Amino acid sequence: MKDLIQTYLSKKSEAATLAVFRVFFGLMMVWSLLRFWYNGWIESLYLEPGFHFSYYGFEWVKPIGNWTYLLFVICGITALFVTLGYKYRLSIVVFFLSFTYIELMDKTTYLNHYYFISILSFLLIFLPANAYFSLDAMGNTTRRFQFIPRWNVDAIKVLLVIVYVYAGLAKLNSDWLVEALPLKIWLPVKADTPLIGELLGEPWVHYMFSWFGALYDLTIPFFLLYKPTRKVAFFFVVVFHILTRLLFNIGMFPYIMIVSTLIFFDSPLHQQILNFLSRLLRIKTKVFDNGLSYAMSSGLRRNTVYGVVSLFLLVQLLLPWRYLAYPGELFWTEEGYRFSWRVMLMEKAGYAQFKIVDGRTGQWFYVDNTDFLTPFQEKQMSFQPDFILEYAHYLKDHFESQGHKNIEIYVESKVTLNGRRSTTYVDPNVNLVSEEESFRHKKWIIPFKDEIKGI
Amino acid sequence: MKGKAHWILTILSALFIWACSSTGDDTPITDDDGVSLTFDRGAMLENWADNIILPSYNQFLVDYAAFKADFESFQNDRSGSNLIALRSSWVDAYLSWQSISPFEVGPAEDNGLRLNVNTYPTDVALIGTHISSGSYNLDLSSNRDSKGFAALDYLINGIGGNDAEIVQVYTDAITGDAHVAYLGEVINDIDTRVTTVRNAWQNGYRDTFVQNDGSSATASVDRFVNDFIFYYEKFLRAGKMGIPLGVFSRTQTPTLVEAYYYPQLSNQLFLAGLSTVEDFFNGKAFGSSRTGESLASYLTTLNQITLRNDIRNQFSSARTAVSGLGPFRAELENNSPAADMFAAYDEVQGAVALFKVDMVSAMSIAIDFVDADGD
Repeated sequence: MKDLIQTYLSKKSEAATLAVFRVFFGLMMVWSLLRFWYNGWIESLYLEPGFHFSYYGFEWVKPIGNWTYLLFVICGITALFVTLGYKYRLSIVVFFLSFTYIELMDKTTYLNHYYFISILSFLLIFLPANAYFSLDAMGNTTRRFQFIPRWNVDAIKVLLVIVYVYAGLAKLNSDWLVEALPLKIWLPVKADTPLIGELLGEPWVHYMFSWFGALYDLTIPFFLLYKPTRKVAFFFVVVFHILTRLLFNIGMFPYIMIVSTLIFFDSPLHQQILNFLSRLLRIKTKVFDNGLSYAMSSGLRRNTVYGVVSLFLLVQLLLPWRYLAYPGELFWTEEGYRFSWRVMLMEKAGYAQFKIVDGRTGQWFYVDNTDFLTPFQEKQMSFQPDFILEYAHYLKDHFESQGHKNIEIYVESKVTLNGRRSTTYVDPNVNLVSEEESFRHKKWIIPFKDEIKGI
Repeated sequence: MKGKAHWILTILSALFIWACSSTGDDTPITDDDGVSLTFDRGAMLENWADNIILPSYNQFLVDYAAFKADFESFQNDRSGSNLIALRSSWVDAYLSWQSISPFEVGPAEDNGLRLNVNTYPTDVALIGTHISSGSYNLDLSSNRDSKGFAALDYLINGIGGNDAEIVQVYTDAITGDAHVAYLGEVINDIDTRVTTVRNAWQNGYRDTFVQNDGSSATASVDRFVNDFIFYYEKFLRAGKMGIPLGVFSRTQTPTLVEAYYYPQLSNQLFLAGLSTVEDFFNGKAFGSSRTGESLASYLTTLNQITLRNDIRNQFSSARTAVSGLGPFRAELENNSPAADMFAAYDEVQGAVALFKVDMVSAMSIAIDFVDADGD
């Protein structure tokens, strides 16, 4: 066994593969950040709201006023440096930290693909993506390598396999497969889509999309891994992601995935891409082909990297299953929902009206949520229990500072899931002030009235 | 082998170009086989624009012209009987306003119509200052609470203890003309603004509105339904009932009711607003019993019949509850807490979740204006 591992670890791969990945990843990030800025989202998502929803344990991560722009500048510049392979190690570390900081500032904006970028950039910290076709390797012959350990490339492939397969597993439930929900709700309104628009109201189309989507997610990484099917698989990757981009408002995710899956190809393709780029940029790439292999200098460093990367992948494998530790329907309670590649699975909406009660006199009033939250925040808050709790505590502090005493907070709430009629979400008799956030199950969530079978 | 990198790069660059320029174009929906869940949003927009919104604006301007005519008579002959006539046409115009107030999109939104025309409570002291100084600019946002229907309410009904006193204010040898002049300015301000908005609908916005028939946070249906729910929550539920009730402040405040100086009208104004909401939901053409594509028929297409009926029933429960109340001002002044009005408020509140949660979710309507990514 040990020998097997040793043999595997000593296997080599062309550094060009990782270099191409680095270049495209960096470019996508630069583009994403510019787009984010251009759309005014720094302002509307991070600067305008007076209150931000924090991840448990990361309450200290907040937007930093107008310095938030600087944060995006740093993130964008480091993304550019990553693309160029300039001071790569420092750049990718700073990119990971700044990007992750941005994501942690407000969980209202949580998206699986932002999480994907965060963990991918974390993984890239430990990979020598600047060994080839980079400014670092151009300027310093000691950093120039034609070959890198094969596991470097495989680690990224494993991550992509996890993303796809877990996204597919998450679709194996009765709402998705038997009811074609939520696509049955989402597709008919896309009737103005070119070519296929007219079909999108047809139930059979909803089923076809649901089943094809699940099948695609579950199998595509394996077709990409297997050489004879690779080209066709990539064609499907492009079609699938373009279709999702066409139908849904999912931003950069499709492009990031399309570009990322190029890593499954063999190195001649990456070499050709780099040749093409170097002709375009009039730079000589021959110098990178020095026949040398990258190896980590000290044993300690090597073992640390092995340890961190293995642990990282193990966590990625296990984290999506944490929902099993909670009672109740996952889609309803969302306990263990995030960070698990559950993408486009639910049409969920809610309404939460907070009642501030003076525990002694019984006098009460309702909160006007628009006084504290943006419409986007209010929407996200109204069907996620951790948001509801955090907001209740914020309201308590706010009204306490206004001189209110003996504050008790109750919430009258309704939530609809995948087109079911809305039902009460939070126990209206529970004083949220006396509930604390934790990883334990929130007993004050009224259980789901229906049943969704499956994983 | 060389070709492979090329076609991949070609695909990627094509994607890039497409990503930077992607907008859908229109394909008419033709299939109507009873199974499809496709609803013709464009037809609904047409019904809203041509049969509800524009006719409502037009009718308002007709009613308002009558009010203006009565003002002119009053201006020329400031008698008690002309005051009564003026008041009566003011009541009609104010009720008529309730049938356009919910439509705060496009030109109305650009002009801040609702805030300019019906901000209440009115600022009596500020009105006094304006009248005595004779110099003021009604376009300033700081002057919104010294004009509009609430200011008219004060000027026509509340500036004196009874009709004789009111007439006296306008006939006063020294200050009478200034008062009439101010009344005239406030009346013209509303007229100008609503006319501007109506004309903008007639001259282009109607087509813009109807053609934007897609589904996104910026499409007409999504925008309009958001604005409409916002009206229901903020202006009908909260403004007309909740805020005076102290639902958001713990303090019951009768002075915050709409038409404070003519209290028998407050409930009618609420009910007129509710009727607008109801008719709009059902797609009922203005001033007729004809119906067209609407939120109700949309729900029918989506097989959400119970939801549709529940919303209708909630409207009628709200109507029954509010109709059973005395004038809001009296309810609030004579009862602490005003339990009956609270109960009626709850019935009005009952529709909010049905709209905001069930209906919006069933129709996949974006509830926020931030066109952020989802996943």
